[in-house]
Amino acid sequence: MDDGRISRHGSGARLWLAGGWLLLALLAAIFAPLVAPQDPLAQDLMFERLPPFWMSGAEPGFWLGTDSLGRDLLSRLIFGARIAFIVAFAAALAACLVGSTLGLVAGYFGGWADRIISRIVDVWMAFPPVLFAILLVAVLGTGLSSVIIAIAVIDWTRFCRVIRAETMGQARMDYVENARIAGYGRIGIMLREVLPNVVPSIVALLSLEMGIAVIVEAILSFVNLSISTDDPTWGGIIAEGRLSIHQAWWVLVFPLVTLILTVLSFSQFGEGLKARFDPVLR
Amino acid sequence: MAEPLFSVRGLKVALPDMTRKPLIGRAPMVEILKGLDFDLPRGSVTGIVGESGSGKSTLGRALVRLLEPSAGSITFDGRDITHLPEAELRPLRRNLQMIFQDPMSSLNPRRTIASIIAAPLRQNGFGDNLKGRVAEALQRVGLPQSFASRYRHELSGGQRQRVGIARALALSPKFVLADEIVSGLDVSTQAQILTLLEKLAAEMGLTVAFISHDLSVIRRLCRQVIVMREGAIVEASATDALFEKPQQAYTRDLISAIPLPEIDEGWLLPAAKVPA
Amino acid sequence: MNASCLNIANLSAVLPNGARVLRSVSLSVQPGEVRALVGESGAGKTMIGKAVLGVLPPSVRIVEGDMLLEGEDLGRLQPKARRTLIGARTALIPQDPLTALNPSRRIGPQMTDRLVRILGWSGQGADARIRQLLDEVQIRDPDRVLKCYPHELSGGMRQRVLIAAAFAAEPRLIVADEPTTALDVTVQKQILRLIAQLQREHGTAILFVTHDLGVVAKISQKVSVLYAGKVVEEAETAALFAAPQHPYTRALMAATPRYTDPFASLKPVDDAVLAGLAAEIAAADQAWRRPHG
Repeated sequence: MDDGRISRHGSGARLWLAGGWLLLALLAAIFAPLVAPQDPLAQDLMFERLPPFWMSGAEPGFWLGTDSLGRDLLSRLIFGARIAFIVAFAAALAACLVGSTLGLVAGYFGGWADRIISRIVDVWMAFPPVLFAILLVAVLGTGLSSVIIAIAVIDWTRFCRVIRAETMGQARMDYVENARIAGYGRIGIMLREVLPNVVPSIVALLSLEMGIAVIVEAILSFVNLSISTDDPTWGGIIAEGRLSIHQAWWVLVFPLVTLILTVLSFSQFGEGLKARFDPVLR
Repeated sequence: MAEPLFSVRGLKVALPDMTRKPLIGRAPMVEILKGLDFDLPRGSVTGIVGESGSGKSTLGRALVRLLEPSAGSITFDGRDITHLPEAELRPLRRNLQMIFQDPMSSLNPRRTIASIIAAPLRQNGFGDNLKGRVAEALQRVGLPQSFASRYRHELSGGQRQRVGIARALALSPKFVLADEIVSGLDVSTQAQILTLLEKLAAEMGLTVAFISHDLSVIRRLCRQVIVMREGAIVEASATDALFEKPQQAYTRDLISAIPLPEIDEGWLLPAAKVPA
Repeated sequence: MNASCLNIANLSAVLPNGARVLRSVSLSVQPGEVRALVGESGAGKTMIGKAVLGVLPPSVRIVEGDMLLEGEDLGRLQPKARRTLIGARTALIPQDPLTALNPSRRIGPQMTDRLVRILGWSGQGADARIRQLLDEVQIRDPDRVLKCYPHELSGGMRQRVLIAAAFAAEPRLIVADEPTTALDVTVQKQILRLIAQLQREHGTAILFVTHDLGVVAKISQKVSVLYAGKVVEEAETAALFAAPQHPYTRALMAATPRYTDPFASLKPVDDAVLAGLAAEIAAADQAWRRPHG
């Protein structure tokens, strides 16, 4: 009679709001050269520390104001979104691929496979993640690909742990046993019966991980360990904004708000997707 | 007289006792089945009855070799399957089918009913004309063809169990294990499922091991009964004989504990012990 | 003339989507009598028990009807007074004795808690009372049992503990919600026997929710047969089994397996019976909606 609609309540609005923001940010990132009102790198000391549009002293065309070198903040945020999204997608996908595969294997096969993988995960999680990332980038050298690799190397354990637990739950189900009765082999059962049932969790985690990747990338650029310093990144803008917080708060606040909204949207989008498209969720 | 489909001798099954697993090392093994001997004659339904902890489900899972016995032997259709490795069991699986207790858990939530019924067919070399075979299987259990594209959460409990039966019978197996298949259902649905199984078993000449805690149901469905308690067989005989002349006190207790739907003032009174 | 222990009149409850889950239910339980509520899943039998105890899920709303507990109108009382009254005069024997007990606390304090905290007994008095009840439910080693955690007891023992706890505060009414469904038949018989015996000795009224007509026949004096939240037949238990009136009752009886008569029982419910029921429900709903807009 009641099929759990109550628990889905509210997932709709959440899904649309979060998805809307992500789509907006993604489109802005893809078409950055077309939508950015100014050149994000153009310095103009005549226009330094212009306030956002609603304050007195604002100049048309510089909607969110400028930084201490006179660069347009909105344009820098839009170009920064490119780096943020590239890192988010690439790093999260890589972490997901490695972590989910190992999680499935550990959870389904158990035994020594599980013991080895779980020990590696335990050791991995004992490293403080941010320090680990800084260390990795220091070893790999700065640059976009190093950042992506660093995040994937650190965060695959998140996927591995969750997917392992979910897989173990699935493996106890009668339909897994029945697949044996039907004559399926172990790999076949894992791919046919177990994997489809953990996909919703993978999707939710993937979205969450994209948000986390955005944060980690911001932290790395904040400490100047991300990509070359010329390209605008959200973390880099925040680092610069911190220096002039008393003269131009907007340089710190707008990138922070953008960052928070984006990270929040990623996690809510993932949860919303899971709640909406999981036929089993009760 | 034809040789039995199953011949079980000295069957023991031991499983790790996870409640007593030490912090380091393996859990100690406990013997769930303590040496069982019985045959399952071809083409008839045998009831396996017992209370919780009797080992009846473990016995079922050993018969279809989801578990490997620790001692004794299981001969199926003239072949010793006691310790056959999984790869060698696979070709035999089409004749060792199972219907599960919980149709919710035994149907994959993300597969359509058609895909669930088709899986054993495809895997056992009946990949041609899958659509037709699935349609036939649905019709056999009295489900409309439109159910082929549905998912388990769109079905009622009784319909789900019909799908479980359709799947198990799709391959026309020699043996079907039915493990408490109606214990989660309402009485009206239970009656439908049982009469369906009864009819199909007779039509297809199936050999069925029918595991249940409910002796009333067993009396209706089964030609012979094995009564189990704590991993051992208490009594095994033809159904009518078992009910009319139970040989063991435990069997008598089991029968007299069933609350029949009829007025009996004395039933709840403390037993005036009948001298044996 | 003595007042009913429980009197439910015209009780209707709806879900947020407007569907009725209880359809003008009326029934009464006299002091010291066992009334069985029997029906299949979705019949609303558990819902009635929850309504009496005031623990309906938040999505279910009572839209009409009265519930009188020993003459006191539960609907007219303030929430706090209602809780106190229900707490003092009723008790529950739940279906699943494992989830009804807190797994991380010992049995002893869980049993005395209600007496001490809610009813204001002294710790000593509560302890003595619990031991007395454990003796009545034939637990011979109360010291050990009181120190156990729930998982250390068998299902039958846990249910005995809960029965003892239910009778401890001398409630006037006990709601027994499928108390033997999770148990083996031999244990079920012992538990039913215990409930019947304590019920007689303490003169407690019981609202006994079950899906099993066999249990109904053994334990109850009166019975209400429910379908889709509606009482379709109401009778003395002996009369119901002697001559069931409603086609659904007859169908249920024919569907219930009976080892004494295997081929006359286990009859699938006729589609015509179900169609008749659906029509009856639809007509009742229409008649109910007319004055209620």
